[in-house]
Amino acid sequence: MQGLQQEKAMNTEIYKESQVVHTPTFIDGHSVEIPILKILKEDGTVYSGAELPEIDQVKATKVYKALAFHRVLDERMVAAQRQGRVSFYMAALGEEAASVGGAAGLEDQDMIMAQYREQGALIYRGFSLENLMNQMFSNEKDLGKGRQMPIHYGSSELNYMTISSPLGTQIPQAAGYAYGQKLQGKDAVTICYFGEGAASEGDFHAGLNMAAVHRAPVIFFCRNNGYAISTPSDEQYVGNGIASRGVGYGIKTIRIDGNDILAVLKATQTARSYALAEQKPVIIEAMSYRLGAHSTSDDPSGYRTKEEEEKWHMHDPILRMKNWMLAQKWWDETQETELYEKLREQVLAAVKVAEKIDKPPVEDLVTDVYDQVPAHLQKQLDELKVHIKKYPEAYPFTAGRIK
Amino acid sequence: MAQMNLLQAINNALDIVMAENDSALCFGEDVGHFGGVFRATSGLQEKYGKARCFNTPLVEQGIIGFANGLAAQGSTPIAEIQFADYIFPAFDQIVNESAKFRYRSGNEFNVGKLTIRTPYGGGIAGGLYHSQSPEAYFAHTPGLKIVVPRNPYQAKGLLLASIRDDNPVVFFEPKRLYRASVGEVPVEDYQLPLGKADIMQTGTDITLLAWGAQLEIVEKAADKASADGISCEIIDLRTILPWDVDTVANSVRKTGRLLVSQEAPLTAGFASEIAATIQQECFLHLESPIERVCGFDTPYPLSLEKEYVADHLKIYEAIKRSINY
Repeated sequence: MQGLQQEKAMNTEIYKESQVVHTPTFIDGHSVEIPILKILKEDGTVYSGAELPEIDQVKATKVYKALAFHRVLDERMVAAQRQGRVSFYMAALGEEAASVGGAAGLEDQDMIMAQYREQGALIYRGFSLENLMNQMFSNEKDLGKGRQMPIHYGSSELNYMTISSPLGTQIPQAAGYAYGQKLQGKDAVTICYFGEGAASEGDFHAGLNMAAVHRAPVIFFCRNNGYAISTPSDEQYVGNGIASRGVGYGIKTIRIDGNDILAVLKATQTARSYALAEQKPVIIEAMSYRLGAHSTSDDPSGYRTKEEEEKWHMHDPILRMKNWMLAQKWWDETQETELYEKLREQVLAAVKVAEKIDKPPVEDLVTDVYDQVPAHLQKQLDELKVHIKKYPEAYPFTAGRIK
Repeated sequence: MAQMNLLQAINNALDIVMAENDSALCFGEDVGHFGGVFRATSGLQEKYGKARCFNTPLVEQGIIGFANGLAAQGSTPIAEIQFADYIFPAFDQIVNESAKFRYRSGNEFNVGKLTIRTPYGGGIAGGLYHSQSPEAYFAHTPGLKIVVPRNPYQAKGLLLASIRDDNPVVFFEPKRLYRASVGEVPVEDYQLPLGKADIMQTGTDITLLAWGAQLEIVEKAADKASADGISCEIIDLRTILPWDVDTVANSVRKTGRLLVSQEAPLTAGFASEIAATIQQECFLHLESPIERVCGFDTPYPLSLEKEYVADHLKIYEAIKRSINY
C-alpha cells in the first residue's frame, strides 16, 4: 500500500465525473469522430481558410526536389532489380509526401526512426546518392558495412536511425529515445514512422503507452497506405483507423491527408512544437495509398484491381505539389524537364559506380558484434581465413584480399 | 568493508552508478517508490528522483524497447524485468534489437550502455513461472553479454562492470540468494572482469564448473567428495557469453575430468555447449566423459522440486561416476 503515499496516487477521480447509468449502456467502437486535415487540392490551389505551414520558396524547392529525387530513385532501382543488379528494392510510389514532408517539418537535430519505406526523409536530410547506392549494393563503402538487405539505411551524422526489418520494434525505442532527449534538456524530438499493419504489433501498443505515461516528446507518424504486403487495412483492423487508438492512450492525435504535402508539413510542424512545449507524444495518421508493390518480391495484381490503383494515381502527391509550385510561380516546366533528366542520368551513373565497388573485407564479418572482437570470434575468423586460402575459387569476394 | 546481502550489494552498485552518471536510469515494474518486488532499487527514487528511477507499465517488450531507445540516445538504462520467467515478451527486443544494433548499423549506432537485470532460478517454491533459468536462450545470440553472480561481492563488482561495459548485458541475479547470501563487500567502487571465470577452489582430480546460485550446491558436493579423498577444482564461469574457454580448458587439462552443473534443463543448456567445446579442446586429456548435472527436461515443477533440481547429492554421485569411470 506504499504506492498510495505517493503524491500521484491512484487517479480514479476522473471516473467519478462520469454519467451514471442503471441499464447496460455501451459506447460504440466508432463513437470517436476524427477530422482529417486537408490544405492543398489536386489542382494546386489551397482550400479556403486553410492555415498554411511555414514554407518559403527555398524550402518548397528543397522539398520538391527531394520528392522528385525519390521518385526517380525508386523508378530506376525497381528497374535495376528487374535487371538483376540489386537483389531487392522497396519503392514508396504515391506516398512520398509522408516521409519527405515529415522530415521537412522537423529540425536537423531531431531523430528519425523509420520503418523502411521512408527513404524520402533521409533524402531530404541530405544523404548522398553515393551513400544510398553503396547501401543497396552492400559494398565496402556502405555505412552499414554491407550487412543488411537493400534500403536498410542509417546515418548517425544525419540522425536517421538504421532500419531494422522486424516491424514496430522502433516504436517503444522511439519513446525511450525521446525520453532521453527530454531528460538531457535537448531542443529535439523523435519522429517514429510505421505503417497501419505494424500498428497491430505488440510493440505499437507498448510504445504508445510507454510514451504517454512517461511523457516522451515523440511524434508517432503512421503511414496508413491501405496494405500490409497483400493484406488490406479492412482485414487488419475494424476500428476507426490508427488515430482512434491515440485517444485510448491519452495521446493528442491528428489525421491528415497523407498525399497533401502542405498538410503533412503543417501537422508535423505543429506536432513538433506541441511535443517540445508540453513534453508529450503526438500521433499523426497520414492517409495514403501504396501505389507500388510492397517490395520487388511481390506483384499487387494478385491481390487488388487496376481500377483501384487507377483511382489513387489521381491523388499523386508530387503532381499536386508541382501544381502548387507552378501556381506560386516558384517552378516551371523547363525546370521540371531539366530536373528529371538530370536526376535520371545521375542515378544511372551512380548505379554503375556502386556496383563495381568491392564487397566488404572478410574482417567485417566479426567486427561490431561487440565493441571489441572477442577471442572466440577472432579464432573463428582466423580459421576461416585459412579455409578461404585453401578454396579461393569458392569465395571470390574475399579470397584475393586476405593478408 | 560492510556486511551485505546480495540485494544490498546490487542496490549499492546501482546507487554508485546513479551518483556518478546523471544519465543512468533504473526502471521496470514496481521499481520506483516501492523499490522493486525484491527491493533491489529501494531508496533510489527518493535519492535520484522520479525521472531517473520509475515504475513502468506492465509491458516487458515496452520496457526493453524503451531501454534500447535510451541506450541508442546515449543514456545509461538499467532495466529490470521482474522475473526472468517474464522476459520472453521482450525476447524480440533483446535478440533482434539490442544484440544486433551495432552490427546492423556498421557501428553507426549501438546500445552498449544497456543493462538488463533480472532475477532467475529456482529453490523458492516458485513453480513453473518463478523459477526458470533462461540463460541458454540468450547465449545463442551473438552481440549480448550474459553475466551471473554467485554472491554479494561478485554481484556488486560484476554489475558495475556490466553497466559500464560498452555492450548490452543481460545480468541474471540468483533470487534464491538475494537475502540468503551474505558476505563482506567493499563499500567503495570496484569492478570484476567480464568474460573471465573465477577459480574458487583449486584441486587435482576433477573440475566442477557452474554459475550463479548453483555454485553453493557444487561446493557442498565438493565437500562431501573431499571426505572421500577426492580433490575438486571449482570454477565459477561468471560470464556465460562470451565465456572463458581458456580457464576451463587449462583446468581440465590438469584434472582430466569435467562436471558442469546448471539449474536449467539438460537438453541444449549451456552445459552442453561447454561440454562440446571442452571435448574438442581437451580430448586427449580427458579421463572420463564430461558429466552434466542439470535440471530435468520438464517444466520447472512445484511439489516435486526436490526431485527435479540438480542437488548436491546428484552432483556428488556424478563426481564419483567420473572418478570411477
